[in-house]
Amino acid sequence: MYAFDIERPATIADAIAAMKGEDAQALGGGQTLIPTLKQRLAMPSKLVSLSGIEEMRGICREDEGRICIGASTTHTEVAAGVEGYAALASLAANIGDPAVRNRGTIGGSLANNDPSACYPAAALGSGATVVTDRREIAADDFFDGLFGTALEEDEIIIEVRFPVPEKAGYIKFEQPASRFALVGVFVAKFADGVRVAVTGASEEGVFRWSEAEAVLSSNFAADALDGVALPGSGMISDLHGSGDYRAHLVGVLTRRAVSAA
Amino acid sequence: MSQVTMTVNGKAASGEIEGRTLLVDFLRETLNLTGTHVGCDTSQCGACVVHVNGKAIKACTMFAAEAEGAEVKTIEGMANADGSLGTIQQAFQDHHGLQCGFCTPGMVMSAAALLQDNPKPSEAEIRDYLEGNLCRCTGYHNIIKAILAASGQDADAIAAE
Repeated sequence: MYAFDIERPATIADAIAAMKGEDAQALGGGQTLIPTLKQRLAMPSKLVSLSGIEEMRGICREDEGRICIGASTTHTEVAAGVEGYAALASLAANIGDPAVRNRGTIGGSLANNDPSACYPAAALGSGATVVTDRREIAADDFFDGLFGTALEEDEIIIEVRFPVPEKAGYIKFEQPASRFALVGVFVAKFADGVRVAVTGASEEGVFRWSEAEAVLSSNFAADALDGVALPGSGMISDLHGSGDYRAHLVGVLTRRAVSAA
Repeated sequence: MSQVTMTVNGKAASGEIEGRTLLVDFLRETLNLTGTHVGCDTSQCGACVVHVNGKAIKACTMFAAEAEGAEVKTIEGMANADGSLGTIQQAFQDHHGLQCGFCTPGMVMSAAALLQDNPKPSEAEIRDYLEGNLCRCTGYHNIIKAILAASGQDADAIAAE
């Protein structure tokens, strides 16, 4: 790793101030950022560790019924602490391995937007709202291609708010070495329609599969997807699977997610 | 350089660190607690698992600065007060849960974290919990047996090999 300073603010206000410096980089749980630094793929002059900010940890329900999760809440805490949204708790319980889940955070995962990460599918599939130090961003506007988000350089995620669907399911096909999703599909049925978010598959990162959403909104059943398929073009092709294979998996996993919901 | 202070295996510990100093390097190089191993250095293998505030974490993927004020427990803290092997360690010996022993510190620390949350885990739960701990010698069966035995369960109840 290149040398850098590390700051551990105790409050959101101090974290915002610390991020004003040149080349400052927010550090969530570090489960992606630290390996990235070891490979010298990033060269921040300063890391601002968000793990010691108590007001950014924890889970609650707001008046509108949405589940609000502080950005520095770990996957372990989400898995154990989210009530009334089993698909979200189960998604968190199956990220990485137990030691990774004890450090990794929801804010870190969303800000990183790894194209194979689980949380982007949950946020997009739920129509969540990302609350930052300066604004609220709808999940539909938040994700912007591989590792890209709407966040500005010095912007910090404070909280994520999830509307709770009537039914939801998340199924991922794990890449066995990395345990990331080779493909993962999050399906959520709300009173006004169904959302389907796919991670791991597209060269553009997490996306909504609108064709599947349309048919599932009129009939929320796995066989409603008969005849509905994604083309392999635009899908990630690598040594783990071709684009056509990933496109096929999206269809299979969407059916399974609907059945599991 | 800056100063970091934490509690390691019940004793106050402090030392000089850089921003980029990993917790595992602080434990091994500053405190000379070399029982915590660095296997892959990419958070895959779990040889560096220690407990921070009671939670199993990979010490190669956490900065020492982030452990300021924390309670850290390493494999050196797992023996009994008289120096004899702790329950989990003894079970690993009794059931031949190690060959080369390189992964063992991480295996024992993960097992301890599991049993803390789930005192009587099933074989499937043990296998699932050890997802982030790699052993290249034993094929895992004897490790699972050791953890079953350490939790007071029948180690021979493990599924056929």
